[in-house]
Amino acid sequence: MTFTIPIDNGDSVKNAEADSQRTLYPYVTGTSIVAIKYKDGVLMASDMGGSYGSTLRYKNIERMKAIGKHSLLGASGEISDFQEILRYLDELVLNDNMWDDGNSLGPKEVHNYLTRVMYNRRNKFNPLWNTLVLGGVKNGESYLGMVSMIGVSFEDNHVATGFGNHLARPILRDEWHADLSFEDGVKLLEKCMRVLLYRDRSAINKLQIAKITEEGVTVSQPYSLNTFWEFKAFHNPTAGAEGSW
Amino acid sequence: MFRNQYDTDVTTWSPTGRLFQVEYAMEAVKQGSAAIGLRSSSHVVLACVNKAQSELSSHQKKIFKVDDHIGVAIAGLTADGRVLSRYMRSESINHSFTYESPLPVGRLVVHLADKAQVCTQRSWKRPYGVGLLVGGLDESGAHLYYNCPSGNYFEYQAFAIGSRSQAAKTYLERRFESFADSSREDLIKDAILAVRETLQGETLKSSLCTVSVLGVGEPFHFLDQEAIQKMIDTFEKVPEEEEGDAEVAAPAEQGGGADGLGDQDVAPMEM
Repeated sequence: MTFTIPIDNGDSVKNAEADSQRTLYPYVTGTSIVAIKYKDGVLMASDMGGSYGSTLRYKNIERMKAIGKHSLLGASGEISDFQEILRYLDELVLNDNMWDDGNSLGPKEVHNYLTRVMYNRRNKFNPLWNTLVLGGVKNGESYLGMVSMIGVSFEDNHVATGFGNHLARPILRDEWHADLSFEDGVKLLEKCMRVLLYRDRSAINKLQIAKITEEGVTVSQPYSLNTFWEFKAFHNPTAGAEGSW
Repeated sequence: MFRNQYDTDVTTWSPTGRLFQVEYAMEAVKQGSAAIGLRSSSHVVLACVNKAQSELSSHQKKIFKVDDHIGVAIAGLTADGRVLSRYMRSESINHSFTYESPLPVGRLVVHLADKAQVCTQRSWKRPYGVGLLVGGLDESGAHLYYNCPSGNYFEYQAFAIGSRSQAAKTYLERRFESFADSSREDLIKDAILAVRETLQGETLKSSLCTVSVLGVGEPFHFLDQEAIQKMIDTFEKVPEEEEGDAEVAAPAEQGGGADGLGDQDVAPMEM
């Protein structure tokens, strides 16, 4: 995907900044988010890594944030764009609170607002380079949806971004069912995150799990998964090919 | 309130702290034909009297659907009312598009009130000459608001505006405490009875009134004439014990479309 058509910010002869104002490539990126609906609400997992190309540069980035009283937003992709989105949502929630009238933005409203933002940016060839996961609970109803950088938006019982789509979703398709308990939900997410840890090179072994229920949002402290590397094939890996690198 | 030297501009205060132009705009509301609104915890009913310019013409539309969950009844300059209804529809649909969720009626009336307020503070504008009874649903249930040309808005259990609305208000004041738990049918019946109060003697027929309902699980819609007539028939046949006044067999001398005394010189735009 290339975004090389210039915005009409005047011609590049007179206005040298014209082209540099559009997002062309992502720089610091977060990898997958995996999320599922469970009995009391929604569970979401992400690692805390921010990659700078192939370097695992930042290891303490929180890629999941609470939005208002009823929603939780997780983002993969460009971290600075995620921060920009958080600023937009901050303003949105602020204005909603200022009404002070008993009405509040639920996850459905936030999801649709984000869809409009992402799609409109895409139409201007200046996307926010993220795939967002929006989960929440309001009035007893759980909600889980996703929006991509080109504005594709949908809801489902389980979602994943980036590599998670390829590695986590098959697991979820087989093993997710309605009314998972909290423990089972976390086990399922950890299973997905472990696979991602083994196979996604931009994943790091420091993850958080966030839960949102009618009571609100809790994001766990960072922790790491146990991994197993004692496969026989890993012992003496160069046997049979000495001298090669 | 009579002609004085402080009433030329809406931006001129009187020495006693009044804006006469705004008050005159509220007079325009009082001249329009009656509109009535009542609500229970789950439904809102809006009703109005159908007034026609002459026997030859059709009556003006005074109740508008703003969205599935919001309706508005107007009294006063119907042209102003139409424009504000369009604004309300626009706000409602824009909200729905962005948030895929119905605009809470409480927020809509604030937008409306702010819009009206602007016209009380610009020398090149005039206040809207229309009162709006806005009925709608939001997270906390059914609501009824009255927006007036001054830019104020109030929430009501039941209210009536327009000419001879005092008669309807008196009726509603007697009954409003029971409205919160009223069934949908009782609420509609009370609305029609309140309309009858404003007719003062004229025989109540379904052609004389328009009734609309909205509620939890029921999108805004108008009741058809048959349904209204059926409801009228349930109480018009039985002589009223509670109401005391309002004759059923009133002589038909007043004729169709008559406004009764004192309204003959109402300006044509104030319907």
